[in-house]
Amino acid sequence: MNGVHDMGGMHGMGPIQAEKNEPVFHERWEGRVLALRRAMAAWHKWNIDVTRHEVERVPPAEYLRLSYYERQFVAFLEMLAKSGLVTRAELESGKPAEGAAQAVPALTPQKAAVLITKGVPASRDVPVTPRFRAGDRVRARNMHPVGHTRLPRYVRTKLGMIDRDHGVFVFPDTNAHFLGEKPQHVYSVRFAARELWGQQAAPGDSVYLDMWDDYLEPA
Amino acid sequence: MTPDVPPGHEHQHEHEHQAIPSDVALRVKALESLLVEKGLVERPALDALIDSYEHKIGPRNGARVVARAWADPAYKQRLLTNANAAIAELGYGGQQGEHMVVVENTRQVHNLIVCTLCSCYPWPVLGLPPVWYKSAPYRSRSVIDPRGVLREFGLDLPQETEVRVWDSTAELRYLVLPERPEGAERLNEEQLAALVTRDAMIGVAKVSPTLKDASA
Repeated sequence: MNGVHDMGGMHGMGPIQAEKNEPVFHERWEGRVLALRRAMAAWHKWNIDVTRHEVERVPPAEYLRLSYYERQFVAFLEMLAKSGLVTRAELESGKPAEGAAQAVPALTPQKAAVLITKGVPASRDVPVTPRFRAGDRVRARNMHPVGHTRLPRYVRTKLGMIDRDHGVFVFPDTNAHFLGEKPQHVYSVRFAARELWGQQAAPGDSVYLDMWDDYLEPA
Repeated sequence: MTPDVPPGHEHQHEHEHQAIPSDVALRVKALESLLVEKGLVERPALDALIDSYEHKIGPRNGARVVARAWADPAYKQRLLTNANAAIAELGYGGQQGEHMVVVENTRQVHNLIVCTLCSCYPWPVLGLPPVWYKSAPYRSRSVIDPRGVLREFGLDLPQETEVRVWDSTAELRYLVLPERPEGAERLNEEQLAALVTRDAMIGVAKVSPTLKDASA
């Protein structure tokens, strides 16, 4: 979706506000939001692409106003309700519905430790023929899906060159909508800064993006 | 953070958080109670997750990787060709670092990491990202004006240096291998690691040969 989250190249966002000796969490609730999201993901009612898209769907003015963890929290409430793990009435009242079944937590402390150290790979060990190889000239597709995509606006229609093939990965554009993983190759694609931004960019500079096969066409 | 914070940048954290609804902490607490009561989560698992990110995982991990690469050319080669395996040699890896790529800064090339679409960041080696990395100013400007962003961090690169910006649009996670500072030849690996800052591994700073600058 052409949302405000897709902010590469935008102007007017102000100076970068770096904080010295920044704590990992500024407030306790921020850590709880992160942990609750991780723990509830263990129910496998959604995936990482669903979670990213839910954050993108926060209305633009809100998206810019809210802090990172506030956005995560708002999106989390939506995912809980949509997944059916919690009803909207329960979210409103803060109490389990009368007669609601008692679950057994999906994420134990032991599983949490494994989750942190092993992760959840997005690569897939399936044979998929790559459409491109290193050195190929490519053009980023001119596409504007209303759903989730990881193809930023600033690179669409631009010419680049395949730098390397990272292998086969889950495709977010379908996975974010529960339409399947559609595994395909992801490439690192080099775009000259001047191709993206014109003469204001330094001549030798470049931007590399990781791009799925479906985002690219031969050039 | 670099020691040279531009004027006016010291107290802007308060500004960042002014917009927080006063009840967000209460709302999160209420949600946690509901999820616990329904048996969907258990608090020891939440505590374990938070403890890991607060105390076990952070930029010191990445600094050890960098120092090893500086001290051991064979390791550096492995790190640049198969980052996952090389990082795992030091015992690091996992969530949001499942697919690592390490890019090397040299006299000719300077690399900078960003995620314009959200806030992707290599957690196992750098920990959770700082607020500025997740902020609209950094995400919007680092691809269109990387040199301006770097100047804001106190790093003025010569025109002849090639700047490469890595926008983390997929599940690959990037770590910058900074240049080994001149004047640090006599230091051992542990001493070298102490010099390596988080900012240098994102690419918004260089590594100084003395400890005084290694605050972030």
